[in-house]
Amino acid sequence: MPPDPVAHPLPRLALIAAIVGTIALLFAWVAGWLSPARVSGASIADALQANTGKIFPGIRRAHAKGLCIAGEFASNGAGTALSRATLFAPNARTPVSGRFSLAGGNPGAPDGRTVFHAMALRFVLPGVEEWRMALDHTPIFVVSTPADFQAFLIAGTPDPVTKKPDPARMAAFLASHPEARRFIAYMKSAPLPSSFANGTYHSINAFRFTNAAGETRAVRWQFEPEDRFAALDKTTLDRLPHDALFDEYLARAKQGPVRWHLVVVLANPGDATDNATVEWGAGHRRIDVGTLTLTAAMPEQEGHCRDFVFDPLILPRGVTASDDPLLAGRSAAYAASFRRRAREAPHADPVSTHQGAAK
Amino acid sequence: MNSTDRFAVHARILHWVMAIMILAMLFIGAGMVSTASRAYPDLLAWHRPIGIAVLALALVRLGVRMTHRPPSLPADLPVLQRAMASAMHLALYTLMLAMPLIGWAMLSAAGTPVVLWPGTVLPPILAHDVRMFGWLRRLHRLAGYAFFLLILGHLGAALVHALIRRDSVFQSMARFGNRSMRG
Repeated sequence: MPPDPVAHPLPRLALIAAIVGTIALLFAWVAGWLSPARVSGASIADALQANTGKIFPGIRRAHAKGLCIAGEFASNGAGTALSRATLFAPNARTPVSGRFSLAGGNPGAPDGRTVFHAMALRFVLPGVEEWRMALDHTPIFVVSTPADFQAFLIAGTPDPVTKKPDPARMAAFLASHPEARRFIAYMKSAPLPSSFANGTYHSINAFRFTNAAGETRAVRWQFEPEDRFAALDKTTLDRLPHDALFDEYLARAKQGPVRWHLVVVLANPGDATDNATVEWGAGHRRIDVGTLTLTAAMPEQEGHCRDFVFDPLILPRGVTASDDPLLAGRSAAYAASFRRRAREAPHADPVSTHQGAAK
Repeated sequence: MNSTDRFAVHARILHWVMAIMILAMLFIGAGMVSTASRAYPDLLAWHRPIGIAVLALALVRLGVRMTHRPPSLPADLPVLQRAMASAMHLALYTLMLAMPLIGWAMLSAAGTPVVLWPGTVLPPILAHDVRMFGWLRRLHRLAGYAFFLLILGHLGAALVHALIRRDSVFQSMARFGNRSMRG
C-alpha cells in the first residue's frame, strides 16, 4: 500500500491525543489519583502511623510488639466434614509458625494496656499451600468496615501540639458508631488474659468452609487454651512490669508445650457473616477439629515470623473469604505495612533487645 | 498488499490477545493497590493467573518473533523514527517478559504463596528475603508505570501511521482477512 499522508494532519492529531489521553485519564481514575479520599491499604497504614504518632522504621504498623512462636497442628479428622483443607485431613500434622503480639504501633509500649492480645499463625501445608490467620483475644472487632476503621484511627490521632487525641473528635465518631461504643464497653468489662498462653484467640471475621462434597458453610473459629484462664488485675495494669506478658510467655514456653484446641463455630441461619462487630451468641454448633501445640518461642530477631505478613486472606483450598468487608481491609492494610517495612529494612525491636537477642 | 507486508497470522493474534491482557493487567494492578474494598482481593486473584498467562504467551511470542521476519518499515520512514520504533519494541518485549517474572520473584522473596487459583500454588523462584521483596516491589511498580507509558506511546505511534501517514505499518498488524480496509 503506497503511503498517502493526509494534507491537514491537525484534526487527526487531536483525535489521536484524545484517544491516548482518555486511556491515561481512565488509568488515573482506576489508580485512585483522582479520588484522594479513596480508602486503600496505604491510607489505612497512613492512619495507623499518624495514630501511633511516629513511624518506627522496619516495624509493623499495627501489632508492633511481638515475639515468634512455632509448633505443629494435629488434626483429629473432624474438620474434613466441613472443609477439604489439607490441615484437617485425618491425623495430619502440619508445621506452624507464628507470632504473639499486642495491638498498637509502638513496639516499645508497655504490656499493661487494655488492647488486643493477638496470635498470628502460618500453617505450611503440602504443595506450597499456606493458611495464615491473624486472631485476637476478643470475639468481635471495633468497627465493621475498612473506612470506619480508618475514621476511628483518625478520630483517636494525637494532636501535633497537645500530643493528645482531641476528645471531641472521638466523641463525634462514637456518637455515630454504636458498634464502636459497644466494643469499647466490652473491652472495659471483659477480663484480659494474664498470659499469651491462657487466652482464647478468635478469627474475628467469618469465613466459608467447603468440604469434599462441595457443601459450603459460613464459620468462625477460635483457639481455646488448655492452660487455665486467669485475668490480669485491671486496676493495677499501669504497675505491670514493662514487658511482663512477653517475658512470662518466653519463660512459660521453656517449661513445656502450650496447647489450644481449634474449635470451629458454625453459623446459624440469620447470623451476620459480614459484620465483625456482632457476636454470634450462644446456641451454635461447635466442632473441635484438632490441637495446636506450640513448642518454641523466641524474640522476633531470632525467630521466623518477623518477615512474613499474616494476611488473613492467604487461604488454602477449602476455605474462602466471607462477605465481611473488613477482611479485604485487613489484607490491604497489612500488605501496605509489609511493603513499607520491607523498604525500610528490618530494625531491632525492643523485646529482642531487652531479651539480649540483638548481640 | 501481499503476505510479507503483514505480520504472520499467529503473531497478529498473539499481539491483540496480549494487548488486551497486558492493558487489563496494568489497570488491575493500579486499581487493586488503590482500594481496601472487596475489589482488592478480587483483583489480586485475577492479577496472578493473568500475569502468568502473559509470561507464557510472551515466551511463545518471542519464539514466533525469532522464527518469522516481521514486515519491514516503509522505506521513507526517517532514521530517528526507525530507531525509536526498534527501541520501543525491544522495551515492550523486555517488559512483557520481565513484569510477570518480577511479580513472581517479588512474592517469592516476600514468602507469600503465589496462588494461581485455590489449591494451585507456584513454587518460589527466589529465597525468602524481605529486603529483596522491598526492592522488587518498587521495581514492579515503576516498571508497571513505564510499561503503561510505553503502551500509550506505541498506540499513539500506531495511530499516526494509520490516520496521518496512512502507510502500511498499522495495517501490517491490524488487518485480518484479504480485503483492504481502505477500499
